[in-house]
Amino acid sequence: MGVTDWIRRRLDNAVEDRLGDDVGARTRALVFRGNEYGYDAYGLGRDHLKVAALLAGWVYRHYFRCVARGVEHIPPAGRVLFIANHSGQLPYDGVVIGSACFLEPPQPRLVRSMVEHFVPTVPFASYLLQRWGQITGTPENCRRLLEEDEAILVFPEGARGISKPFSRRYQLQPFGLGFMRLALETHTPIVPVAVIGAEEQAPAVNVKPLARLLGAPSFPVVPYPPFVPLLPLPVKYRLYFGEPMTFSGDPDDDDEVLEEKVRAVKHRIESMIHLGLRERKHVFW
Amino acid sequence: MSSGEQVAPRRRKVVVTGIAGRLGRVVARALHHDPRFVIVGLDRRPFPEKPKDIVHHQVDLRSKKAREVFRAGDIDALVHMGMMHDPRATAAELYSWNVGGTSRLLEYCATYEIPKVVVLSSANVYGPRPENPQFLTEEAPLLAAQRFPAMRDLVEIDHLASTFFWKARDIETVILRPVHILGRVHNAPSNYLRLDPIPMLLGFDPMVQVIHERDIAEAVTCALTPGARGIYNIVGPGEVPLSVIVRELGRRTLPVPHPIARPLYAMAFRLGLSGYPVAELDFIRYVCMVDGARAEHELGFRARATLRETIRAVDDPA
Repeated sequence: MGVTDWIRRRLDNAVEDRLGDDVGARTRALVFRGNEYGYDAYGLGRDHLKVAALLAGWVYRHYFRCVARGVEHIPPAGRVLFIANHSGQLPYDGVVIGSACFLEPPQPRLVRSMVEHFVPTVPFASYLLQRWGQITGTPENCRRLLEEDEAILVFPEGARGISKPFSRRYQLQPFGLGFMRLALETHTPIVPVAVIGAEEQAPAVNVKPLARLLGAPSFPVVPYPPFVPLLPLPVKYRLYFGEPMTFSGDPDDDDEVLEEKVRAVKHRIESMIHLGLRERKHVFW
Repeated sequence: MSSGEQVAPRRRKVVVTGIAGRLGRVVARALHHDPRFVIVGLDRRPFPEKPKDIVHHQVDLRSKKAREVFRAGDIDALVHMGMMHDPRATAAELYSWNVGGTSRLLEYCATYEIPKVVVLSSANVYGPRPENPQFLTEEAPLLAAQRFPAMRDLVEIDHLASTFFWKARDIETVILRPVHILGRVHNAPSNYLRLDPIPMLLGFDPMVQVIHERDIAEAVTCALTPGARGIYNIVGPGEVPLSVIVRELGRRTLPVPHPIARPLYAMAFRLGLSGYPVAELDFIRYVCMVDGARAEHELGFRARATLRETIRAVDDPA
């Protein structure tokens, strides 16, 4: 008891020291609806958030040296859905978008993303991701959080996007329709986000026979040790936040009607990707 | 029922099953202090420290004598919480008592037109699952029995009661599904939190909801209000990670890696060293939380005890 408490206190102090004035102030400025023990209903912990801010801030500023454009489009309050392209074998695009919304605007926003259903079965990840504000990806959770005026990040390409091979970089995969239904149902504005850089962070080819053998959706192999994508290359990330888009209509409409609205979002992301690719001089700087 | 607000209304006669259990006594005490009710106990166990004006029938729910209690014709309500949870009892015995007993009781209520039936089920009937949304509503399917043969009876009781709710439309049926009840009660969550050290699964720390035993009495009182009917999740003062509860109680933890926890606890249960069937490990691994908004809006129920009081209640002196 005494030893673990001592370690916990030391760690807490170390985190507090390293946070720096800016990140520390931002953690305090974050809108947090917790109980007397410092946890909110979704398992987000105020003290855990400091650690997350420290780690994510380092990844954002020093590892990926991220540049964010259109930060003024991040609403300071109220419900919002961030819709972005997904790529790069490892979900660092989520980390970077979350960090940008926390570090860049005058009022820091906590963005929650939806994790896969298998995550709650993985030791440590099961609760750590939750303490950092991530939730299991079910439509019920998303609807509830939007109705509570939270910010949610959705990658409508899902696993199709993140696991696509290097040869198909910056080609958007088919979008799911679920996010549009939720946006219509809860009257949530959509902020399109284009992520440049993630697509090159782990240039992988898909070894189909191995994937089939393991029963996995894909088996990515990268041309540097350890040959499976564990660490991303230190590419430079560029984020483009677009103007919020609002849609209206019946959430239970036919798929064709929804597809048209989804296409509008997809086109906006595509054009921001093209702009971003034109503007950048190099993948790594 | 009453002849106006000014005249003292007739006190409603409420049959409480499982009254001799710890939770039964908590609920009986609360209802007994309420001038609107007269309590009749129905339990096969004796009720030693019962107040003088509570009539207690020490009979089996399935017996003819239990039917006599309802046949008298002056019963206004039934509060059914006489479920047997003993993990050591045989499956047949548990089934016969819990499911058989409940279906008999509901049959008496239908035959003798008891106007109000309150069944105390549990939020555990939804089952802890990794793909659960953070908050389950009353419409969620009852999936506990999928991974959990031991929960089958409780799920079946809940189904029996909801079928009764739809069939007997002139009877006001209320099904309460409370979250983990904490207090002096000897149920699985309270007993678990009284262990020291408390075993936890290494790398798992699910969010849990708890409710004070006294708030259950409050919920039952709300459910007895004329006009109230339906299925309600009953939640306590909030949600916390399991580890926070352990820390609040000042207990040590014993982290067990989950691949070895299963065989280990299966063996310990067989040897009589542990009182927990191994399937219950899922409750300390995955989330099984419910949304209590409907009970708050329709029954006007809100837990009174704070989170700290609720957690500390497991250590209350008996």
